[in-house]
Amino acid sequence: MLEAILTLSGLAILASFGLGLAARFFAVKVDPRVEKIEEVLPGANCGGCGAAGCSDFAKGVVEGKYAANACPVGGPSCAAKIAEILGEEVRTAEPHVAVVLCAGDEEQCGNRFDYNGIYDCKAAHLIQGGFKACTYGCLGLGSCARVCPFDAIIMTEKRLAVINRDKCVGCGKCVPVCPRHLITLVPISRKTHILCSSHDPGADVRKKCKVGCIACKKCEKTVNGEGITVSDYLAVMDYSQDLDGFALETVCPTHTIQRVDSPVPQESEKTA
Amino acid sequence: MSTNAQPISRNLLVSASPHITSGESIPRIMYNVILAMVPVCLVSVYYFGYYGVKVLVLTTLFCIGFEYLWQKMLRKPVTISDGSAAVTGILLALNLPPTAPWWLMLIGSFLAVIIAKQLYGGLGYNLFNPALVARVALLISFPVHMTSWIKATPLFSGVDAVTTATPLGILQTAIKTTGAIPPEVMDQVNPSSQNMLTWFTGHMMSGSLGEFSALAILLGGLWLIYKKYIYWQVPVTYIGTVLVFSGIFWIIDPTRYAHPLFHLLTGGLFLGAFFMATDMVTSPITKKGLLVFGVGCGLITCLIRMWGSYPEGVSFAILLMNGLTPLLDRWFKPTVFGQRKLYEESK
Amino acid sequence: MIKRAHGFPGGVHPDYHKELTAGRALEVPPLFERYVVPVAQHIGAPAKVAVEKGAQVFKGTVIAEAAGFVSVPMHSPTSGKVKAVKNLPHPWGPNMLAVEIVADGDDTPDPALPRLDHEAASAEELRDFIRQAGIVGMGGAAFPTHVKLSPPREKPIDVLVLNGAECEPYLTADHRLMVEMPEKVIAGAGVLAKILNVKRICIGVEDNKPDALAALEKAAAGHDNMDVYSLHVTYPQGAEKQLIYAILGREVPAGGLPMDVGVVVQNVGTAAAVWDAVAGGMPLIERITTVTGRGIRQPGNLVLRIGTLVEDVVGWRGGMTNDTIKVINGGPMMGMAMSSLDVPVLKGSSGLLFLERDEVEQYHHYPCIRCGRCVDICPMKLMPCIISYYTENELFDEVESLNVTDCIECGSCAYVCPSSRILVHHMKMGKAEVIARRRKRAVS
Repeated sequence: MLEAILTLSGLAILASFGLGLAARFFAVKVDPRVEKIEEVLPGANCGGCGAAGCSDFAKGVVEGKYAANACPVGGPSCAAKIAEILGEEVRTAEPHVAVVLCAGDEEQCGNRFDYNGIYDCKAAHLIQGGFKACTYGCLGLGSCARVCPFDAIIMTEKRLAVINRDKCVGCGKCVPVCPRHLITLVPISRKTHILCSSHDPGADVRKKCKVGCIACKKCEKTVNGEGITVSDYLAVMDYSQDLDGFALETVCPTHTIQRVDSPVPQESEKTA
Repeated sequence: MSTNAQPISRNLLVSASPHITSGESIPRIMYNVILAMVPVCLVSVYYFGYYGVKVLVLTTLFCIGFEYLWQKMLRKPVTISDGSAAVTGILLALNLPPTAPWWLMLIGSFLAVIIAKQLYGGLGYNLFNPALVARVALLISFPVHMTSWIKATPLFSGVDAVTTATPLGILQTAIKTTGAIPPEVMDQVNPSSQNMLTWFTGHMMSGSLGEFSALAILLGGLWLIYKKYIYWQVPVTYIGTVLVFSGIFWIIDPTRYAHPLFHLLTGGLFLGAFFMATDMVTSPITKKGLLVFGVGCGLITCLIRMWGSYPEGVSFAILLMNGLTPLLDRWFKPTVFGQRKLYEESK
Repeated sequence: MIKRAHGFPGGVHPDYHKELTAGRALEVPPLFERYVVPVAQHIGAPAKVAVEKGAQVFKGTVIAEAAGFVSVPMHSPTSGKVKAVKNLPHPWGPNMLAVEIVADGDDTPDPALPRLDHEAASAEELRDFIRQAGIVGMGGAAFPTHVKLSPPREKPIDVLVLNGAECEPYLTADHRLMVEMPEKVIAGAGVLAKILNVKRICIGVEDNKPDALAALEKAAAGHDNMDVYSLHVTYPQGAEKQLIYAILGREVPAGGLPMDVGVVVQNVGTAAAVWDAVAGGMPLIERITTVTGRGIRQPGNLVLRIGTLVEDVVGWRGGMTNDTIKVINGGPMMGMAMSSLDVPVLKGSSGLLFLERDEVEQYHHYPCIRCGRCVDICPMKLMPCIISYYTENELFDEVESLNVTDCIECGSCAYVCPSSRILVHHMKMGKAEVIARRRKRAVS
C-alpha cells in the first residue's frame, strides 16, 4: 500500500517538475498585452472583426493589424479598455446593425411555384431563381437566422427575415449568406429604411408585391435628391445622411419605406 | 395562326431533378424485413407457445412505445410508422430466451431504442446494431436471466417447461471441464440424420427464440436477398468463413472441435448472418467492404466460440465489426470513373 | 451489320413510358402569333441583340450576334415584326433578355440567307458556317457545336461518335428523327467527320429502338467508315463518358473531356441540324421536341420553332389534365422543372414532359440509412450519400476530396434512394461551393 502511494506521488512530482521546466524553457514568447486584451474581449469567437476568433484578434491588435475598436460585439466599452492596454487614445466609431432590405413576406408577395427542395435560401435560389414571385426578395427559409451567432435574426410567421436591433452587434456574418444580398450594415442611429431591393419596373412590381418599390421618386423629391437616388427602378438610401427627420414613411405610397422603432416582431415557432 | 394559349390557374411544383422515383421507401424495406421474420416468429411461437408470444409481442410494443415517447418528449417528428422500431423489437425478442421476464424486455427495449439508436441521432445515425447492443448489455448485466433456457415445448403438447442448456452451451461446458468433447456429447455435436433434422428445424432444441430454426431463417433471408433488401455478400461470407474456419479445425482435431455443420446450424449464426449483420445502417456501404465485413464477423465468431469464455460469439462479432464499419467505408472507396487513367498517367 | 456495344458500370432502369410517343410520326404545328427568342439558350456567353423594336425580320434573320468564341447567334423563327426587346419569362427561372416577335403569318424566308457549296468547302469554312447557323448540341446541353469541332492540336481526334442513345425515359425525339430521316443524320455525320478529319464514325442507339437501328444501318450501308452500335438499355447510357466507354472501351479521365481520349461526341439531332444548315442553307430555327406524359391530352413528337411558347403548344395539344403538377423541360431524370407555361421552347428543349401528382417524386429529408444503393449505381463511381451528408453539414473540404465535380447530375442516385433524399440538389450546392473555393484559391 505504502509503495503504491509513494510510487504514484513520486511520478506526480516528477511530472509536475517536467511540466514546469517545459513551461520555462519551451515557452512561446507572448506579448503580455495579448493576454490582457484577450481577457477584456467578449470571447464569442464570432469572427465579426475579420479575425479567426478572439485570440487571433488580440494578437492582431497588438501587431497593428486590427484597430482597437474593431470588435463589434465588445462595442465602445471594450474598445476603450483595449486602447487603455495599448496606451492609445480611444477612437470611437458608430456601432452598426444589420437591416434586411425587403418587406415582402408571404402575405405581401406570393409564390410563383411550389418549392420542394432543401430548406435553405442558397439552395432555393438555385432552383428556377427562387420560388417567390419577386426574384429579388427575401425567401424566408432562415439561412441568415441560422448563421447569426447572437440569435439576432427573427423569421416571422409569414416567412420574412427581420433583424432584432437589440441583439444585433453588427458582426456581419449574415451579409454573405443571403443569396439575394439583401442584408447590409447601417449605422445604428439611422431608423428609416427603404425595404425593397427589386430592380423590376414599377408595373411588374405592383403585380408581384404589395410593398415593393415602384420607383415613383416621391422620396427622392422629398429629400431634394440629397440622400436618396432612384436608378434602375429602385430607390436606394445613402446612409451617410440622416433622413429620419423627413418622415419618409408617410410619403411613400406603397409603404416600402418604414421606420424601425416599431416593436420587434414575434418569432415564428416553425423555424427549421 | 393559332392562339389557343391556356393559362394555368394553380402553382406548378418545382424541385431539382430527377422528377421520378423508383418507388423504394424506408417503410417498404422495414415491412419486408418484418415479413421475412414471420417464419422465425411462427416457429418460436409453435415451439414455445405462450412464452414465445409474450416475448415477441411485449418487446416489440416496448420498443415502439419508447421511440414514440422519446420523440414526443423531445418534440421531434414521430417516426414509428417507418417500421424501424418494430424491426428492432422483433430482432431483440428473437435474441431473448423464452423465459425472459417482462422487466428484462423493458430494459432491453430501452437500451436498444433509446441508448443505442435515438441518442445517436435516430434512424441512420447509430453506429452499432441496436438489438445486439441491448442483448449484450442484458447478457452482461443479467447473466442468469439471459441464460435460462427451456427445452422446446411444442404448442398444445401439454409438456411443461424443462430447463436445459443450448447445444453450444453443452459443447463449451464439456470442453472446459474435460478439454475434449466427451463421447456422450460427441453424438450431439456430430451430424447424424436425427441431429441434422433437429438443427435445421429446431425440433426439440433450445436456445433464444430466433436461434434454432435455420430453415425458417433461411426462407426469410433468401426472400430478402431476392428482393434486394439485403445483400448476399454478408450472409455468404459470414457463413462461409465460419464453415471454412471451423472445418479446418475440425479436420485437425475432431475430438476438440465440433463439426462445422454444428457450428453453422446451432446457435445464432443464421439469425446473425441474415438479419443482424445485414442491417444497412451499421454495415459498410460498398460491396467490397461488405465482403470484408462478413469475413471479419465469421472469424471473430469462431474465435470466441472456440477459445473465448462465451459459448456464443455472434453478437460480439457483429458489434465489433460494426465498430470497424467507418474504417471499411474509408478503405474501400470505389475508384472514380476516369481516375484509373489519371493514376496510370501519373506513374 | 449492327455491332453490339459493352455496357458501363452502374446505371438504373426506370420505367421508360416511351410507348406514349415512340410510334407517332413527326408533326408540324401551325404558326402561332408570338415567338420569344431569349439570347441565353446555350452554354457560353449569351448572344448580343442585333435588332430593335419595330424591325422587320424574316425566317432565318439574325436577331442576335454571337458574343465571343463560346457563343452562337440567334435567328428569327419566322417572318414578322420585333415587338419588344426586354426581360421576358425564361424556362431557366428568372426573366432574361429576349426578342419578342409577332408573326405576320407568311413565314417568308430571309432572301439574304448565306449559302455554301458544302462539297467544295474546306473544314474551316464548314465550321464557320455551322457557327453562324447558330447550331448547338441538340441533346439538351446546348453546347456550341463549332467549339466542340475545334479541338486543340495537342488533342488529336480519331473517332466521331454519334449519340442516338436517348436514354431518358419518355423522350422519343431522336428516335423519330432516326426512323424518319436517317439519311440526314448520316449526311450530317459525314460533314462533321470531314471537319474533324476522322476516319471512323460510330453511331450508338439503345436496343429499345430496333426500327431506328434498322433505318440507320440501311442508310449507313454504303459508308464503310460508319458503324452502327446497339447499346444496352440502361440509364444514363447516353451520357458522353458512358457512351464512349460502352462503344470504344475508352475511359475519359476524371475532370477531362472526350477529346482527351481522341473522341468527339455529337447528338444525332445536331448532325441533322448541321446538314440542314450546310445543304439546305437554313440556320437553326426549329427542333424536334417530344411533348409527352400523362398530363398532356395529346402527346406527340413535334417539330417546333425555337421561341414557340409552351402555352401555345399545350393549347394545340388539347391542354393539360387537372392533375398535372409538374412541367419539365427535358426528360424526367435530368430535365428542369418549369415554374410557368409562358416561357419559350429553347434550342436544347428535347422534351416537354407533363407529370401528374401521383407520378412525381416528393422529396423529404429523411436520414440516409446507408443502404449503399446510390454507391452501387452511380455511373461515375462516386459516393452520393456521403457527399450529401458532408454538404448538409458544410464540410466542403471533404466534399471536394470526394470528387463532387465529376458528378454528371444524371439523377440515378436520387432515383433509387429509399429515403427520398434530395441528392442532386446537394450535389449542385456542393459543386457550386467547391468551384467558388477553387476560384478564391487561384486568385489568392
